[in-house]
Amino acid sequence: MQSRHKIYRPYISPFDPCPPITVKTYSTPPNLYLGFQPPGLPQFAPSEALRKGTLWKVFYDPYYSPLERAKEETGP
Amino acid sequence: MWVYEKKLQYPVRVSTCNPMLAKFLIEQYGGADGELAAALRYLNQRYSIPDQVIGLLTDIGTEEFAHLEMIATMVYKLTKDATPDQLREAGLGDHYADHDRALFYHNAAGVPWTATYIQAKGDPIADLYEDIAAEEKARATYQWIINMSDDPDLNDGLRFLREREIVHSQRFREAVEILKEERDRKKFF
Amino acid sequence: MRQMPPEYYSRLEDLQAVDFVIVELTLYLDTHPGDMEAIQQYNAYVKQRKAMKNEFEKDFGSLTNFGYSHSSYPWDWKEAPWPWQV
Repeated sequence: MQSRHKIYRPYISPFDPCPPITVKTYSTPPNLYLGFQPPGLPQFAPSEALRKGTLWKVFYDPYYSPLERAKEETGP
Repeated sequence: MWVYEKKLQYPVRVSTCNPMLAKFLIEQYGGADGELAAALRYLNQRYSIPDQVIGLLTDIGTEEFAHLEMIATMVYKLTKDATPDQLREAGLGDHYADHDRALFYHNAAGVPWTATYIQAKGDPIADLYEDIAAEEKARATYQWIINMSDDPDLNDGLRFLREREIVHSQRFREAVEILKEERDRKKFF
Repeated sequence: MRQMPPEYYSRLEDLQAVDFVIVELTLYLDTHPGDMEAIQQYNAYVKQRKAMKNEFEKDFGSLTNFGYSHSSYPWDWKEAPWPWQV
């Protein structure tokens, strides 16, 4: 199973004016790896499928903003 | 022939009164990689594409209009109760001067929608690769809008729309495979 | 124009969920026309959907025009709320 995002480390110059971002990520959703969808893959129930945006679990790839991810880490 | 159903595809909710988000959301309304561009692109390409794939282009093109309606709903909810001052502070003063609170087909920078955003090359492989690219670009745009929003309910709607782009991209990739006509000659999974 | 009661929203979402499964299966079948099980699933949901739509429309008004729904008196298609107002 492939991860849903990848990282890379851009070159950082000693002359860069701003504090550098050392790790950048990019999204690699499941449709890149699946090929032709085989029949019979596991499905969500309808109400869950609606909320998640897809009927098949294989495609589910939720994306959260940095603010949302930070809230999750620090807790309520 | 089109039939309209008087309900949204997904229950859109906006919980934070933050008209500034409307400025960014409009990118998916009248922008180059937005839902209008997607709908018109696919529905136009379908007239010159091989028969096996016309159904897919028709159905995805139709679904994109439902997504356009969802974006319109988000913008409507964020702007319908805003005063001119609030709109100006939200960066929507230019829009208000021309349109009041009416929606319009322009992008986040105010550039009006144009047919130069789409293409119909007449070559099915070229057209389908444009469609795959369009879906990936729309997916990325939803990521950037989600990054700028701290409204969890709005983001649920945007996550739904981004997930739809992933599934559409998958279907267009499958359409390419169908047109390559290699599927009967080798095992596909 | 009337305000919608709370149960409107949960019943609407139930219908949206079934319709969504139908859309997903439609797109899938456009590229997988020979998947018998998917077709059976699609038809089962279509049947369920018809019943749900009728019940919903009885209580909350027409969802479609151009002949896809019946109308009560007076003509309710043009009444608010429209989807972006809900």
